Amino acid sequence: MTETVIYAAREIITMNPSRPSASHVAVRDGRVLGVGRLDELQAWGPYRLDDRFQDKVLMPGFVEGHSHAMEGTFWRYTYCGYFDRQDPDGKIWPGAKTLDDAINRLRDAAQALDDPSKPLTAWSLDPIYYDNVTCDRGDLDRVSDTRPVGVLHASGHIMNVNSKALEAAGLLRQGVNHPGIPLAADGLPTGELRGPEAMAPVAPFVGFDRDELAADEEGLRQFARLCVRQGVTTATDLASMLPDDAVEMMSRVTGEPSYPTRIVPLRRLFGISPKDIVARALQLRERSSDRLRLGRIKIVVDGSIQGFSARLRWPGYFNGAPNGLWYVTPEELAETIELALAAGVQIHTHTNGDQATELVLDTMDAALRKSPSPDHRFTLQHCQLADRAQFRRMKAVGMCVNLFANHHYYWGDQHRGYTVGPDRAERMNACQTALDIGVPMAIHSDAPVTPLGPLFTAWCAVNRLTASNHLQGGEERIKLDDALYAITIGAAYTLKLDHEIGSIEVGKRADFAVLEDDPRTVPVAALKDVGIWGVVQDGRVFAAAEI
Amino acid sequence: MAERAAKEIIPVTVIGGYLGAGKTTLVNHLLRTADGLRLAVLVNEFGSLAIDEDLILARDDNLISLAGGCVCCSFGSDLMTALMDLQQMQPSPQRIIIEASGVALPAAIAASVSLLPDYRPEGVVVVADAESVMERAADVYMGDTITRQLADADLVLLSKCDLIDTARKAQLLSWLSAQIASTAVIPTSAASLPPPAALFGLDHSAAWPPAGPVNFSHDQLYASLVVRVPTTLWAADVAAVLQSRPLGVLRAKGLCLASDGGLQAVQMVGNRVQQDRYHGPAPQAINQLVFIGLKEHLLADEITALFTP
Repeated sequence: MTETVIYAAREIITMNPSRPSASHVAVRDGRVLGVGRLDELQAWGPYRLDDRFQDKVLMPGFVEGHSHAMEGTFWRYTYCGYFDRQDPDGKIWPGAKTLDDAINRLRDAAQALDDPSKPLTAWSLDPIYYDNVTCDRGDLDRVSDTRPVGVLHASGHIMNVNSKALEAAGLLRQGVNHPGIPLAADGLPTGELRGPEAMAPVAPFVGFDRDELAADEEGLRQFARLCVRQGVTTATDLASMLPDDAVEMMSRVTGEPSYPTRIVPLRRLFGISPKDIVARALQLRERSSDRLRLGRIKIVVDGSIQGFSARLRWPGYFNGAPNGLWYVTPEELAETIELALAAGVQIHTHTNGDQATELVLDTMDAALRKSPSPDHRFTLQHCQLADRAQFRRMKAVGMCVNLFANHHYYWGDQHRGYTVGPDRAERMNACQTALDIGVPMAIHSDAPVTPLGPLFTAWCAVNRLTASNHLQGGEERIKLDDALYAITIGAAYTLKLDHEIGSIEVGKRADFAVLEDDPRTVPVAALKDVGIWGVVQDGRVFAAAEI
Repeated sequence: MAERAAKEIIPVTVIGGYLGAGKTTLVNHLLRTADGLRLAVLVNEFGSLAIDEDLILARDDNLISLAGGCVCCSFGSDLMTALMDLQQMQPSPQRIIIEASGVALPAAIAASVSLLPDYRPEGVVVVADAESVMERAADVYMGDTITRQLADADLVLLSKCDLIDTARKAQLLSWLSAQIASTAVIPTSAASLPPPAALFGLDHSAAWPPAGPVNFSHDQLYASLVVRVPTTLWAADVAAVLQSRPLGVLRAKGLCLASDGGLQAVQMVGNRVQQDRYHGPAPQAINQLVFIGLKEHLLADEITALFTP
């Protein structure tokens, strides 16, 4: 018989209402054998008492319902964001508080490279925090005039490059005519590239290698190390193309005995017909393993609010920008949803604007009339601008929602001032409304767009502060317990994994976040600062300090 | 850079329009009538593309090779990367046709193509379904996308005209001219798709512009015209003249002398005129323009008069 280990802890927050708190948890075969007092658990027979967590607090392992494993890949590039951020090694990179700070960091990184022609690749620049000082190629020429330099913005939608990079791509010339490429007074591009099409011709010359980004083994490993540091035991990779070689790589890597995270990748509807993607999802589901859960579909319906590419209902954008872009036709959306409902394949939809959300609700309503489907748990991802009437419809059609609580902190000030104006900015990511109306809810980071870290995400939803420390939409603040639910069982529910993970409960996976303190007893303002020792995943112990 | 200049610039046509408008039918038609020209067709996905099986030589996940040197590629999520990959193909395609997705804005695609050094966008064709385009343009979700697509077009190809009656067609044409007053509209049906030359100026001998008029004798709808450009007009003057008023032209092209002594390719797609430095092989004829248009619209006498010294 396999060994039984009983962990003693200062406190175990189980998220199981029938036994909410305990001092000990027994683990056998990677699963929870029992939760309670030591004397209750001893009845299961011989055991080994492990007291390494006796001054720690255990919670169910956190579940990140909307992240991208690409965060692991990005850490091989130079981080130059405004906010402090922890890398997979645990090193905290201080935020670059001025454009000069960012340039200096890039220059140091460039000087550390030996080959003078090797490109310098960097990420997470965010000039909106520098009073909208624009960064141009002259600034990046100060970093290097011998090697191409490319810096991706935090949003992922804009890149700044230097003269060398433009020259390599053949774009340092007169007559460039593209809405995503602003020109300077001399008629040459400024070096700012807006949108994926504008970035694409230059990306290969500045080191954003697409093959590397598509199926990146090293990135998947680094991503898992970030997960351990943040107490995450299950994370989605929301939207990959999932070709066979990527699936093989992911199966192999996650199957290694020391891989610490359960990964849930979704196949994106792009370049494949509705019929084929549903068949592909069914085929992929069969290739699932304990730590790789395949067989779900992601549909991107519109763009982003700060990029003015989200689809908004009347009255549209606050600054008068034209309405955004659709990334799928209603016909393809409807066909995919109908086929998936019939086949029992789960779909998550990306909608930022409220018009995109409305289209999904209309489509679900019609599809469910044709093909009634209890417990489908189709989930609206981001869904940032939904109003109360839309939440009522979500409830009516049985959808879940995963709201982008972090976004409110990072871009809330911009939304108030430019994109949607003060009133709609206050209802963005309406967590309390979702709870009031009874829509199953999770909250997320969309890493690498914002940093992975469910406790920080919970802090955002509980406090609703923006980066400028402005309380925005105080009515939508949620209670701490609701936030802790959202980052554990709430997110597990949206993935149809709540019977396996999300609470510390008999029969479930032994997945724990090991915390230095009890998030229920620290001041709510300090929730994001609760220390994380590491995780237990499937009964295997991973200390952040040793990962 | 020197190496780039020596390479042949490949013209790219973008075909846009909503789902079901007939883009794929048009693409199939173009592949069937390619007649020796090496076309590369880029589609979002193969799902809806029904290429005649007897044309197919080989296929894998992303590439279908067709008889006669044509290929068809699916670009999935990344059109720009697919185009960059095509630069490696040997022999390189002579023309690229991009079938945009139903919700894409085709002018944005053409602008993006212009960023790649070895390609030149040459016209946006938007296919609109005569039966449903007006209704779709009023749709609460898709309406503005449809009208933006139409506004992007250099040529609008109105499909399924055989399925509507004359009164409806008149109503449709007047609605279209209110939307896009200066854009050429070609009414078609599945049985009467326009010859490639009318849409793209495709020249089957690969030596464009041809020395004489394009032969449309088999076709009741289209006409062609050749005019000589007086030596008093430089390429820029020619472009200005062509832009001066609507001439009922679908396509026009010619090589003209520029004031700096170089050669420039002047071409028209619908009412849009563009001039580019000519890098191709020694031309058969210079200072000569070839025009193609619908018989009922092409203002042949006016065009001739414009270029009479």
